[in-house]
Amino acid sequence: MEQITQVSYALDTFYFLMSGALVMWMAAGFTMLEAGLVRSKNTTEILAKNVGLFAIASIMYMLVGYNIMYGDAINTYIPGISFLLGGDNEVAAVLASGGDVYYSSMSDFFFQVVFVATAMSVVSGAVAERMKLMSFFIFAIILTGFIYPVQGMWTWGGGFLSELGFSDFAGSGIVHMTGAAAALAGVIILGARKGKYGPNGEVRAITGANMPLAALGTFILWLGWFGFNGGSQLQLSTIENANAVAMIFVNTNMAAAGGVIGAMIVSKILFGKVDLTMILNGALAGLVAITADPLSPAPLSATLIGLAGGVIVVFAILFMDNKMKIDDPVGAISVHGIVGIWGLIAVTFNNADATITAQLIGIVAIFAWVFISSLIVWSIIKAIMGVRVSEEEEYEGVDQSECGMEAYPEFTNK
Amino acid sequence: MKLIVAIIKPFKLDDVREALHDVDVHGMTVTESKGFGRQKGHTEIYRGAEYAIEFLPKIRLEIAVSDEKVETVVEAIGTAARTGKIGDGKIFVMPVEEAIRIRTEETGDVAL
Repeated sequence: MEQITQVSYALDTFYFLMSGALVMWMAAGFTMLEAGLVRSKNTTEILAKNVGLFAIASIMYMLVGYNIMYGDAINTYIPGISFLLGGDNEVAAVLASGGDVYYSSMSDFFFQVVFVATAMSVVSGAVAERMKLMSFFIFAIILTGFIYPVQGMWTWGGGFLSELGFSDFAGSGIVHMTGAAAALAGVIILGARKGKYGPNGEVRAITGANMPLAALGTFILWLGWFGFNGGSQLQLSTIENANAVAMIFVNTNMAAAGGVIGAMIVSKILFGKVDLTMILNGALAGLVAITADPLSPAPLSATLIGLAGGVIVVFAILFMDNKMKIDDPVGAISVHGIVGIWGLIAVTFNNADATITAQLIGIVAIFAWVFISSLIVWSIIKAIMGVRVSEEEEYEGVDQSECGMEAYPEFTNK
Repeated sequence: MKLIVAIIKPFKLDDVREALHDVDVHGMTVTESKGFGRQKGHTEIYRGAEYAIEFLPKIRLEIAVSDEKVETVVEAIGTAARTGKIGDGKIFVMPVEEAIRIRTEETGDVAL
């Protein structure tokens, strides 16, 4: 028996770590997607931004974020605060727990830290091509160390949303909508890219520089998502859990496929041509939509949830661009925010334990907290150091003003 | 001697080259170029927003020929490059004062 406990503990820890590693790789996906959808003069900066934010998220979450989210809370609304990580499980304690302790607590930290980095990655695309790099990094410190962990505690840390029955399996709301809400606040403070809107408010296209990179980034995210959703089952070493993990892999893939088809059909009907960037957003929308519950639906339902996500995302992007005048170069707010909300509502279709009331309260609570606190933080950063590069720097490209180097020196024009 | 300058659709280049070959044209200069005519470019859609392609890609041919071949060459280009749709291009014919083959210093029609 002791041997079996040892092996299953090792297996579940291994599964957790490898899932975390897959999610870590999503940082590469976001980086490539964003690098593809910005103009070539803003490429180096967005690469620097994505690498930097991953490092900041890792350090802030270790210093304080993880403890805010999972440490001793003051009450179910207000988390406590403490610093650094504790030790791992004692061998005797694991063996005595009778299977209740089934993975290393360090592996839990590793799995959680890559999620907060994902949330922050969502922000970087939306504010691309015009934000000061250091202002973005300051915001990253606050979001990953404080804003994200506080709302994370409300559900995954045993706070009031989990008591209410709010259901968000792998984080359509807690991770993706959180990133989108922070991004929305950022874009409102920042304003649109110069040239995005004409004098009469007409929308102008600013085309991305590298479609192969955008497609590669999407496939990397798609792959990483198997870790994101699959790992969130938290355990593999029983038949029941193994089946659940397999189901989650299948549903995650089906939803992405559905999202592609949904976005493809809508873009063909609306624009007359198949817009690759919309298809890529569609795949991600399918993935975001199924993240709130990749376990309960049958594969056909998962496909349809993803397909609806793909349809929603195209209309959401057009609505943001045309009506709200929210300039989001990669569609992050639509993909992760609006479709994240869709995913949270869709949980109630297949999961008998979820209620629409709890889902709506969760959506409002998380969005309100993240959006308002982000708006305040962005405003403070703007007042102290500014958030936007000068008009001339924006024209020349933030690669020069923020990083002092071009992404493709000598090969391409701006 | 005349210089024939033709602006044609890029995908018609092979057809035009073959047609010119058939009427014994021994040399031409080809340049990738851009421009607009009465159609004034066209628009494309990126993520739901229109953007203008103000200059369309074209091929510019330059062929120097003797006076008596002008008609044949113009007809060959016109026939091969014509699709009947807007944007087929233009042909210009202009006089040439002198032609010199650099290698041999020959001048006039023999230099073509």
